[in-house]
Amino acid sequence: MARRPDVWRVLTEPLIRQNPVTLQILGICSALAVTTTMATALTMAVSLTVVLTLAAGIISSIRRHIPDSIRLIVQIVIVASLVIVIDQVLQAYLAEISRALSVYVGLITTNCLVLGRTEAYARHHPPLPAMVDAFGNGLGYSLVLLIVGGLRELFGKGELFGVVVLPLADAGGWFTPLSLMLLAPSAFFILGLLVWAIRSWWPEQAEAPEHVPPGRAEAAE
Amino acid sequence: MAEPDTTIWRRLLALPNESRAKTILVAFLVSAACAALVSGATVVLRPIQTANRAAEEQARIEALVRGIPGMADLLTRSGGQLSTVVIDLETGRAAENVTPATLETALSDPDNWTGLDPAADLAGLGQRPDFAQVFLLREGDDVSLILLPLSGQGYGGRIDAIMALRGDTNTIAGLAVTRHAETPGLGGRIDEGAWQASFPGTLLRDEAGEMRFRVARGPASGVHEVDGITGATRTGRGVTNMVRFWLGPDGYGPFLDAIRRGGF
Repeated sequence: MARRPDVWRVLTEPLIRQNPVTLQILGICSALAVTTTMATALTMAVSLTVVLTLAAGIISSIRRHIPDSIRLIVQIVIVASLVIVIDQVLQAYLAEISRALSVYVGLITTNCLVLGRTEAYARHHPPLPAMVDAFGNGLGYSLVLLIVGGLRELFGKGELFGVVVLPLADAGGWFTPLSLMLLAPSAFFILGLLVWAIRSWWPEQAEAPEHVPPGRAEAAE
Repeated sequence: MAEPDTTIWRRLLALPNESRAKTILVAFLVSAACAALVSGATVVLRPIQTANRAAEEQARIEALVRGIPGMADLLTRSGGQLSTVVIDLETGRAAENVTPATLETALSDPDNWTGLDPAADLAGLGQRPDFAQVFLLREGDDVSLILLPLSGQGYGGRIDAIMALRGDTNTIAGLAVTRHAETPGLGGRIDEGAWQASFPGTLLRDEAGEMRFRVARGPASGVHEVDGITGATRTGRGVTNMVRFWLGPDGYGPFLDAIRRGGF
């Protein structure tokens, strides 16, 4: 900690190279559930980034006084309180979107991404770098959410942020929406393709296979 | 004065992290700070949320009325206005000294609530307000549409809904769910228009006046049933009981009798 960590690197590394969703496959549940439209994806992304950054700051500033035996519960209590506050704010000022997000804002508490960052980084670093790291991870998550949400809304409804981009065949245009895009499986497909694309670009991200398939001769029998 | 305080504080902070006193202290301080944060946010934001909910309820009532076939015509003919009446559930007549504006104050007084005995308490409410605000639409002298707020226990919590009845007080004209806490994707589908679309035209009672309304298990069979939602049996039962309670003798029964007699 004597040397100042490179703030820029800490911030940009999680965007693609160390992206929490595509590399570590964390926070998948919410990433799949709330990406039917850009508006919900953006709200969720902002909420998670805010919670993550604040939680990292708070935990990092009291990191020297958290007893090891109760450190997880302390972290969860802090994260959960922040999530409740964010949820209340959304219900007050963005009632419509808050209804669309239903339980998923509350589920930020159990998002592995948040606990992962506070446990792995904020607990060992001073507040500023911890918050920068958390913010970077939040942006990485947001990026994936917005890409998936954008593709799903564009091809599922022909809109982006509720604005018509591809005129629908029903309304006199030429585009027939793919209703599959609005269902949960499409989020799996898009995310899978995204992970595949990133790992072909940076082969070092690919994991070593855990199981070796049985030999050909055995399979032929 | 401040000095002894800070020294105690310092001494506590200097305790080894694994000591029992420090563990309890940290746990206590973190919970206290978080509790203050959460309660503060809830208290500050409550009025805005309540206003949102009221606006949403208004919008749903309007959507419900607009969604009933032939209702848009009726609305324009009757001047487009629903009249709001606070009724006394006991007598079924308009309440004498409670207006829509003072309803909330009246209901904050526990004297204006009636406890329900378990046998009669189908909707699982425990107690019932003595006054309720209903909306009426008139065509000439007759009541053509009645909007009744309902609430009852579902699977995940209380369900609030508004039911629209035709002037014959037996035919359902529509249902809108204004609040619920059912499982998203299962019971939560009660707030989808596709499910609510099976309500219009459903009858509540048979010729003998017996309450027959039911949320079916699976597709509806007969004029007294609406389709059930797969995987949401308890939500369906909650809705059945809610409707049966509120349209029965302990709910709006006396009021509906008064309408049938032409007393409104």
